[in-house]
Amino acid sequence: MPLTTKEITINMGPQHPSTHGVLRLVLELDGEVVVSCTPHIGYLHRGSEKLAEARTYQQIVPLTDRFDYLSCGNNNLGYAIAVEKLMGIEVPERADYLRVIVAELSRLSAHLLWLATHAADIGAVTVLLYCLREREEILDLFELLTGARLTVSYVNIGGVRRDATPEFFRRTREFMAAMPRRIEEYNTLIMQNRIWLGRTKNIGIISYDEAIDWGLTGGSLRGSGVNYDLRKVMPYAAYEKLNFEVPLGEKGDVYDRYIVRMEEMNQSISMINQCVEDIPDGPYKADIPMVSLPPKDRVMQDIETLIHHFVLVSKGFPVPKGEIYAAAEVPKGELGFYIVSDGSEKPVRMKVRSPSFVNLSCLPRMVKGHMIADIVSCIGSIDIVLGEVDR
Amino acid sequence: MHPDNIIEQIRERFPDEVTGSGSAFGQSWAVLKREKLEDICRFLKDDPDVRMDYLIDITAVDWLGRPASKPRFEVVYNMHSMMHGHRVRLKVPVEDDGDPWVPSVSGVWKTACWHERETYDLFGIVFRGNPDLRRILLPDDWEGYPLRKDYPIEGPEWTFKPWPE
Repeated sequence: MPLTTKEITINMGPQHPSTHGVLRLVLELDGEVVVSCTPHIGYLHRGSEKLAEARTYQQIVPLTDRFDYLSCGNNNLGYAIAVEKLMGIEVPERADYLRVIVAELSRLSAHLLWLATHAADIGAVTVLLYCLREREEILDLFELLTGARLTVSYVNIGGVRRDATPEFFRRTREFMAAMPRRIEEYNTLIMQNRIWLGRTKNIGIISYDEAIDWGLTGGSLRGSGVNYDLRKVMPYAAYEKLNFEVPLGEKGDVYDRYIVRMEEMNQSISMINQCVEDIPDGPYKADIPMVSLPPKDRVMQDIETLIHHFVLVSKGFPVPKGEIYAAAEVPKGELGFYIVSDGSEKPVRMKVRSPSFVNLSCLPRMVKGHMIADIVSCIGSIDIVLGEVDR
Repeated sequence: MHPDNIIEQIRERFPDEVTGSGSAFGQSWAVLKREKLEDICRFLKDDPDVRMDYLIDITAVDWLGRPASKPRFEVVYNMHSMMHGHRVRLKVPVEDDGDPWVPSVSGVWKTACWHERETYDLFGIVFRGNPDLRRILLPDDWEGYPLRKDYPIEGPEWTFKPWPE
């Protein structure tokens, strides 16, 4: 009697450790080979877009922190440039540099956590400990600069929340001097590791054209060799004045995406160094009374300024009628804000084009025909954060 | 190519489909009728001079209670050309006649499928021709479409059901 085989359906997640949050995958398996994969998302949906319609423009900044909670500086920046364009606000140069510093520090910390979990998923657990050590130092820097460690809300409309102290620059310089050697250290831990190479090379290949068609952005797109980085394509903040390269992969497999993100860390370090050296003196927020809060010491002294502060915080400010799409390059890719304003203090519509959501939609294509264990490498390599997928 | 020239090209190829256009902050948009949307998108993607190969985003805006001349919904498509570096936005007004629909463009760009599912999930706009039009962020048995303006922000009245009946 011949043996009959049949496909089985299994459920991966939402509590699976390698899904980086609450992602559920329904897998059709033929033995150990994936026939089809259906992602189910929405477990972390908080209705941010609906909430934004009931908040003033400045109050939306903390909501943006909670999209990709690993890189808050970048999210704040993407939102702020959208509203600033809509209002025609020019931000002082010092604020632009501070924005780049906080955005690139966020990128470093997000990439460190990506590397830590990606490597741990595939079996190289040692890297996790090293990466978290460095990430801790970045969070300390955030605490020094903004008072918060994770959801910083540092960049807001018109500038940044407060100025950086000399102590912050000293410690950033120290940390940046030490960082390149530590990245070398990670490389020595995994680059010669046969298991690592075997589990990343030729896995989840996405070709150049396919990557564009699926709307991938960030390291996942550049791993396939597409030269698209919003910091170069449509520069914002101080990126135009900085020297940096856009690392590209060739083949578009998990390994290439890994190489691209590792090199991006080096580029971030170089950008932060340039910013710390070149940062000009001057105000750290735009001098527009309608938007920027008055100085705190004056608020405590005279009643007019106190009223000004109070009205600005509780009532917000009107934004001219219009619509805009503006985007920032966050660690995961293109974070776009499509904002429609009707001239009131609250947006009619704020659509968030989140890179993790779009990158995740490509996962079924990526894992088809691979072994079940390769799903774990693929999820790690598209670098998703479920807070941003579900919003 | 300047985005206004792209809109001019759409006008030449599909003279009856473009009902308006506009631009602000260096971003241009065309307002289209929904019937031939898929053909227009295919033209935008395949034409070598336009080559909109990267669909950034699909979303919608609910204009409930605004000037009566405007249809209630507006479906918005943002796209970018990796080859030429230009961007354009398409807007398709959709009347709320109990069955708001637009043609699906998921056959043109693969990424469109999930964007359309999200817009369907949150606005209740049906993308005709989408092979997998299910709710995506909300549970399958959810009632109502949360991003519509007449959906209360604190949510509908809710009774706790531990198990589906």
